[in-house]
Amino acid sequence: MSALTDDTLPITPRAIRDEMIVFAVMAVLLAVVPWTGIYPFFVMQALCFALLACAFNLLIGYGGLLSFGHAMFLGTAGYVSAHALKVWGLSPELGILAGTAAAAALGVITGFVSIRRQGIYFSMITLALSQLLYFIYLQTPFTHGEDGIQGIPQGHLFGVFDLSKPTVLYYVVLAGFLGGFLLIYRTINSPFGEVLKAIRENEPRAISLGYKTDQYKLMAYILSGTIAGFAGSLKVFVAQNASLTDVHWSMSGEVVLMTLVGGLGTVFGPVVGAFVIIAMQQYLAGYGQWVTVIQGVIFVACVLTFRRGVIGEIAHFLRRSL
Amino acid sequence: MQALYAQLLVGLINGSFYALLSLGLAVIFGMLNIINFAHGALYMMGAFCAYFLLSLTGLGYWPALIVAPIVVGIFGMILERTMLQWLAGLDHLYGLLLTFGIALIVQGVFQNYFGSSGLPYAIPDELKGGMNLGFMFLPIYRGWVVIFSLVVCIATWYLIERTRLGAYLRAATENPTLVRAFGVNVPRMITLTYGLGVGLAALAGVLSAPINQVRPLMGADLIIVVFAVVVIGGMGSIMGSIITGFALGVIEGLTKYFYPEASNTVVFVLMVLVLLVKPTGLTGRAA
Repeated sequence: MSALTDDTLPITPRAIRDEMIVFAVMAVLLAVVPWTGIYPFFVMQALCFALLACAFNLLIGYGGLLSFGHAMFLGTAGYVSAHALKVWGLSPELGILAGTAAAAALGVITGFVSIRRQGIYFSMITLALSQLLYFIYLQTPFTHGEDGIQGIPQGHLFGVFDLSKPTVLYYVVLAGFLGGFLLIYRTINSPFGEVLKAIRENEPRAISLGYKTDQYKLMAYILSGTIAGFAGSLKVFVAQNASLTDVHWSMSGEVVLMTLVGGLGTVFGPVVGAFVIIAMQQYLAGYGQWVTVIQGVIFVACVLTFRRGVIGEIAHFLRRSL
Repeated sequence: MQALYAQLLVGLINGSFYALLSLGLAVIFGMLNIINFAHGALYMMGAFCAYFLLSLTGLGYWPALIVAPIVVGIFGMILERTMLQWLAGLDHLYGLLLTFGIALIVQGVFQNYFGSSGLPYAIPDELKGGMNLGFMFLPIYRGWVVIFSLVVCIATWYLIERTRLGAYLRAATENPTLVRAFGVNVPRMITLTYGLGVGLAALAGVLSAPINQVRPLMGADLIIVVFAVVVIGGMGSIMGSIITGFALGVIEGLTKYFYPEASNTVVFVLMVLVLLVKPTGLTGRAA
């Protein structure tokens, strides 16, 4: 059986060097955005989703676990951050911390349940768990049901950076994204990441070598959920609301789509995929439900003809690891 | 007590749909190794098919009960021939992603033309009205849905577990190469199996049309509950899927009576409990 990411290359100094060059180019490109006249709100939104997709990719690309419920981390962290900022009046850094911590706790609980099954069952379980949370958030009073939490104050980060200024907010979001991205990058290139890849390739052999694979998978799941939650907390400052959309299964589907388009198991694929999908939604916003249809068509086309994704194809063509 | 019996009946009806859908999922998974995410969308297509038959050609409920599963089944077989068959040998997850995409397309197209509101579909004249059972009032249509679904489920179980065709099917699930060597056309059997599973979903759609109205998203949330049912029951046994489906419907109905706030979530909570106690599912073999 061919795995989801069948042409991963071994980590070599050259691969690391290539990836650091691409990372530097990406960081510079993103840093000059405020001077280009591109709508910063669009890029900030895309960055939040890019970080979410990267977190999702950590699980599927390196752990072989396809989560169909990553919206639950996005939504949970968003709700908790929004509530902390608006009702408790916490400062932005504490709000982000609260949201991320909530996502981490959620990761511990749901991870303990979901990693008991592999493959397709894992996907169905994560989907069902996120639907469970959706109904809980629909009914609990603090989320304000269909209305969501609105009008969230942005405040001053560390008491210095005024987040109501778009440029300041942009750089804060960018810093958060780059930090999260590097954390994921560090993880997949660590001994821990190597064990994850070994589990993905051949779990029985990893077990026979003495690795407690369940613990590794659980750790990866919690880490992925925590980073996804961090993205959700950042998104609260951009969108200034937290709503049920962020916990809905269609959001989980979008994250899968972003990563699939960019390239499962590639380092930069989820970022590219997130920008492609968010841009598509922006340009097609007037076409109503046809956006859903187009997303479905992209899913089908990617699975049938374009399984490596954009970055995966480029990397394959150049015989590099990206 | 009246309310309790009424909720039990609603639970049994939902259970019928869970059973028909999870049965189809299990049959498809056995042959194709694909979890059919499009199952909810095809269920919805069954209901719409009945609606179109009535509004365009004047064919009523009874013909629709036969025609809609066949039409949607053929649509499913076309999907299998043109797309799903190319996934053989790839990771199972690609099947999930592909059928998720198909579900988005189908639901999106229907939503474009019909919005999100429901279209009414009348109960056929023969099944209108109700019976007084002494302890409760039974709307005949609802009783019919439960009994008919049960019959269809048992018939499917018989087809797969007790007939020669079913024996081929089970053999092909275990070892397709060997069965092909005996001269059985396994690819055609796979196509027919997918058609059968999809047809069961469409049949459930027709049955639910008079009860739940015909809506483009009627299958979208249902399929997630059915996934949880499948996780609870395991996909190893046909009878297991049927029993789990009905049982969970009844438990959901009871929850609606005793603690309505949890009625949406009870199936998912049960899934968590089952995973903690017996991760392979109640009837499932270790994967």
